[in-house]
Amino acid sequence: MSLWPELELLLPDVAKPARYIGGEGGMLRPEHHHSKVAWLLTYPDTYEIGLPNQGLQILYEILNEASNAVAERAYAPWVDMEAQMRSAGLPLFSVDTHRSAADFDVLAFNLSAELVYTNVLNCINLAGVRVRAEERASHDLLIGAGGHCTYNPEPLADFVDFFVLGDGEEVVSEINAVVCDWKQAGKRSRHEVLRALATVDGVYVPSLYEVTYEGAALVSVVPKFDDVPSVVEKRTVADLSAWPYPKNQLVPLTEVVHDRLNVEVFRGCTRGCRFCQAGMITRPVRERPASQVRTMIAGGLARTGYDEVALTSLSTADYSGIEEAVAVAMSGCGAASSIGVSHEPVPVSVSLPSLRVDAFTVGLAAQIQQVRRTGLTFAPEAGSWRMRKVINKLIDERDLYGAVESAFYQGWRRMKLYFLTGLPTETDEDTLAIGELARKCVELGRVHTKNPSVTVSLGGFVPKPFTPFQWFGQNTVAELQRKVFLLRDSIKRHRGVQMKWHDPRASLAEGIASRGDRRVGRVIQDVWEQGGTFQEWSEHFEHDRWVSAMERHGLSLDWYVYRHRTQDEVLPWDHISAGLHKDFLWQDWRDGLNEVGLEDCRWTPCYDCGACTGYSIEHIVASAVPPAGGSQGTGQVPTSYEPLAAAKPAEVKVQLGVSGTKATS
Amino acid sequence: MNPNEVARTCIRLRYNKRGVIRFTSHRDVARIWERALRRTGLPVAQTEGFSPRAKLHFGFALSTGYESDAEYIDVDFNAAQLVPELVLEALVGMLPEGMAATGAVVLERGSTSLQQAVTCCDWDIELLHATCADLAKWVEQVLGAATLMITRERKGQQIADDLAPQVRALEVGEPTSRGVRLLATLGTQPRAARPTELLTATEPHYCPVLVRRTRQWIEQEGARLEPLEVGAAPALHTLVGVQ
Repeated sequence: MSLWPELELLLPDVAKPARYIGGEGGMLRPEHHHSKVAWLLTYPDTYEIGLPNQGLQILYEILNEASNAVAERAYAPWVDMEAQMRSAGLPLFSVDTHRSAADFDVLAFNLSAELVYTNVLNCINLAGVRVRAEERASHDLLIGAGGHCTYNPEPLADFVDFFVLGDGEEVVSEINAVVCDWKQAGKRSRHEVLRALATVDGVYVPSLYEVTYEGAALVSVVPKFDDVPSVVEKRTVADLSAWPYPKNQLVPLTEVVHDRLNVEVFRGCTRGCRFCQAGMITRPVRERPASQVRTMIAGGLARTGYDEVALTSLSTADYSGIEEAVAVAMSGCGAASSIGVSHEPVPVSVSLPSLRVDAFTVGLAAQIQQVRRTGLTFAPEAGSWRMRKVINKLIDERDLYGAVESAFYQGWRRMKLYFLTGLPTETDEDTLAIGELARKCVELGRVHTKNPSVTVSLGGFVPKPFTPFQWFGQNTVAELQRKVFLLRDSIKRHRGVQMKWHDPRASLAEGIASRGDRRVGRVIQDVWEQGGTFQEWSEHFEHDRWVSAMERHGLSLDWYVYRHRTQDEVLPWDHISAGLHKDFLWQDWRDGLNEVGLEDCRWTPCYDCGACTGYSIEHIVASAVPPAGGSQGTGQVPTSYEPLAAAKPAEVKVQLGVSGTKATS
Repeated sequence: MNPNEVARTCIRLRYNKRGVIRFTSHRDVARIWERALRRTGLPVAQTEGFSPRAKLHFGFALSTGYESDAEYIDVDFNAAQLVPELVLEALVGMLPEGMAATGAVVLERGSTSLQQAVTCCDWDIELLHATCADLAKWVEQVLGAATLMITRERKGQQIADDLAPQVRALEVGEPTSRGVRLLATLGTQPRAARPTELLTATEPHYCPVLVRRTRQWIEQEGARLEPLEVGAAPALHTLVGVQ
């Protein structure tokens, strides 16, 4: 039954009411039936952030294609809408048919960032379900979660019935089958369905594990039953071409982030940046065939009416057919006039998020000759070569300055550079090198343009599970703050350099949630009970709530966040596996401390990290050689950097367009 | 005509906006039109410069949350001739649910823009918890008032405005399951009066549950014409859509 008649009375009084109406192009209105499992796929952040999420859209289509499932979507209501809903007694609802969460069997969350955890609790509560899994009744909604954050599921273990690790395309149908049987049998025993779910590869049911501590230390997380796996392995889709999803990308009626056609050109990344969780947990590299990319671009543009397409991945310039894919995307205006009027090609702009820093990339950007010119974003991540060796982001200065100069030469005037601070072994010299690097970029720019501008965006580093830096003790808030101000003060002198930074206090909260064990669940619940939702939104983030909740529950910030962890200690996620050998990660951690780089295994021999060998899969990469023009992690010698002549040839057009964004680590 | 200049045809389209989509904003609707027109593949003219955009000209913005049977948009096409009926046909299925193009004419070159030309709009307003008798008294009060002072925010300043000259007509409509309908004709020049402003202009303040623009009018030499009837050339191509 639709709640729309009641909801529409609330909407005139809330901000951005279009968040709650659904009606997107590509939206489905599935027919619910007692023989089908009903999934409410929920993104625990606002509609504008959640709608473009590709993982959620992929599962939405796969489930609705199945004969025994229906899926609808929900997003966290903004605080004004939540207040209205609570005072009107209305529950969390789907935007597709405005059905109450209570009409569903599974409430499944996508977890892309740790600071949304309190929103997860809020959504469960709005759905009318007890937030603690142990308090739920047999027939209550099953609470599931997938996404990158599930590689350390423990902080949410008290609230989520089952977690799914890795790619969801295949496993979602296996889970659906188990839940379908349970539903058919009248949802009698919750324990039974959870036991059955635990036997599905890639599914982790936290309530079936016994956790033991010794003082502050975690001793073990072991299954309570024989048929429950002691280590849960992630799922990996071996061949991306078998899953050309989303087939009908949703086109929202209101503006959202990444409001464009998104085509995933490959999954996984083996550049090996040591801070990057996404790169570590999504191995190996699996490229989508160029022909399929072409079809998805042409079909997608025609169907959606978008004039922008993003070729997405963790490092799009690494895609084997990138130049061709860009060419296709640019000419890819799909629709042919239906009434026979001569039709000029509609300009399509191409964005390449997550760009590598080298001349090849800028050349690629220059290929995008038309439509909007936005800023160019690079992510060197560290200011000094020494620091970049530690983090294995092996961007040689010749690559870096070559790229920067080339960009200014070709007409860009603004550039954004992403950096992390608080990295292992970082000295003040390394921090200050960021400012120096930005200053040099502006200097290079002055040769080619009157007012070059470089914005430094600085984030506090938060170590993540399943990375070589998982043992590293995060910098304290005070230390991060000191480094931020150190850099800010040094940059003040440099004309043309601006600086933005993330709140170091938010990095602390992220640190608690990222590497916490099961005891941190009480803290998350506490922060939520104090009203702490939307913690990733600076206007709602409250550092003191986190710190005082840690204190109340007798947990030490030093233990959970700041101390360096040891090789022999049990990590809270040791019973989860992303395929990576712990030995490999430890060796890579030591290599990092010794400033030893590691090459990209796509084009160099395998060093057996475990991600391929453990699952009998391998890279699917069309090109046997790395792209030319960049040396990063390829073993290639960078072309020596020669400053370009100041005079700009008249025929060079300046209307280039590329936008780069970085996947946050 | 400059030989380098591309032949242009401007088409004025009428469309409606009903149901859940009424909660989209004016900006949202602009983007919806851009995507819908791209999907038709019709040669919509683009602006010059670094950020080319479709040449679309909108009339008075419809407040977020209001429905309408009479929204208009003027679209420039790179074509010497274009049959409006075919543009309507090409748009079938291209707009999201709740929006549909219901009429089209070719606009004469140099026609006055919608924002300048339209002088008043008809509104159908459903009021919650109202009775016909009470509302009749309220209408009488409004129509009898010499001035109806309201405050508007303009450029960050609170400005007092008299709404009385903008109230062209006002009458009580039929009762509904939720309340009563109020039918109003409100002027748009020099600034468009909104139904919500009218409802707060005098006590008691009524709460609208649904507001729908039913007509927009261009007043010319004593006659009221709907925007599709003005400047349409040739008249042959006028297609008055389903009301």
